[in-house]
Amino acid sequence: MLAKRIIPCLDVRHGEVVKGVQFRNHEVIGAIEPLAERYAQAGADELVFYDITASSDARVVDKSWVERIARLIDIPFTVAGGISSVAQAQEILAMGADKISINSPALRDPNLINTLVEEFGQQCIVIGIDSFYNAETNTYEVYQFTGDETRTQKTAWQTRDWLREVVARGAGEIVLNCMNQDGVRKGYDIEQLQLMRADCPVPLIASGGAGSIEHFEQVFAQADVDGALAASVFHKGIIEIKALKQSLQQAGIAIRPV
Amino acid sequence: MSATNLVIVDTACANLSSVRFAFERLGVKPEVTADAARIAAADKVILPGVGTAQAAMRNLQKLELVETLRDLQQPVLGICLGMQLLTDWSAEGEVNCLGVIPAQTVRLQAGDLPLPHMGWNTVTAVDDNPLLKNMDAEAWFYFVHSFAVAKDQSTIAQCQYGQEFAAMIRHHNYFGAQFHPERSGKAGAQLLKNFLELTDADTRA
Repeated sequence: MLAKRIIPCLDVRHGEVVKGVQFRNHEVIGAIEPLAERYAQAGADELVFYDITASSDARVVDKSWVERIARLIDIPFTVAGGISSVAQAQEILAMGADKISINSPALRDPNLINTLVEEFGQQCIVIGIDSFYNAETNTYEVYQFTGDETRTQKTAWQTRDWLREVVARGAGEIVLNCMNQDGVRKGYDIEQLQLMRADCPVPLIASGGAGSIEHFEQVFAQADVDGALAASVFHKGIIEIKALKQSLQQAGIAIRPV
Repeated sequence: MSATNLVIVDTACANLSSVRFAFERLGVKPEVTADAARIAAADKVILPGVGTAQAAMRNLQKLELVETLRDLQQPVLGICLGMQLLTDWSAEGEVNCLGVIPAQTVRLQAGDLPLPHMGWNTVTAVDDNPLLKNMDAEAWFYFVHSFAVAKDQSTIAQCQYGQEFAAMIRHHNYFGAQFHPERSGKAGAQLLKNFLELTDADTRA
């Protein structure tokens, strides 16, 4: 049976792992490699590395660490951050990344999704969506450049429409980051994830809000996502992956045992 | 084991590095090459692959490797798309493949489940499978694919996602794994180690 995936996310900035609250006030967590190796050994099913400064600085990630990670760990990993051309994608995949995740560059040029899918195959093209719930209008809005609060801006897209658009263009997986929940550890946005799941025929990864083991249980049981991404609860040792997986297994959720 | 002359076929479209690194973690230095003579002379050959069957077959033709790969006598392991290329034909682009394992690659019928089939799933050996030695009867491996080989007489391991499909296939010296052993933790490393340790007796079966 296909296991639900537990995915620690390492936000990378200037070659170090950082974490902010609701995308702001980033604090340094530590070096990339020891954290990556620790998570792989602890039973993480996959890792995501986001260079959160890249898109907003209009430059590409310093990529030397991608190859070091690929040499070190034996689980799949995704690299995100400012990848806006076939050549950049090629370089990162050639260094050993399993997937690349595109966010702001896809909003600027949706055709980029088609081009990347044709060139490298659907299996390695992930689309990240930063979605903000606007309580006043009761709509879900797509944001871009969320790595830098001074440049973060709302797009014209509503989340469900953008999700349909990227799937139609060949996206192989969606990471839906619910911005209202990010970093505050009050639980995943179950309602939004349920809504988007219904429109998502490719794997859907929940992001934003994990604070306790119960939150993971809820998002798998109620929103039927394929994976759950989290950062601070793992970095700060609030949740141990082994204990998390044991609890999920006891709750009847399909999990790859540690 | 470092004496093994292991070649990874440079299919130009593949995740070559992660396959190479996985063998390096086992203490083996594979050679990555598209040179027909080097491939033919290797003790063991890995055929990696990601992307589409059509593009990959076009690459192999451009590299003039089709005949070489068809004539190999040593153990060969195709990984993911590389496994599908070993079959007769793929529905992905309706393309003829290398035809060294009598099987066909078709679209995975997953019903309402998301596609691609992406993530860790359990693999169970069918019959005698020398590559699944020394591991749990139900081992976990990492999959990413939308096409699959239907279960038939060449199947040596199976997996379930909406339907049962061939997780591993084999004909004589040609072996294929639909999953990515290079990204499948300890079980994946054990499988690659088993491949390196295959003997002539194993491949004559």
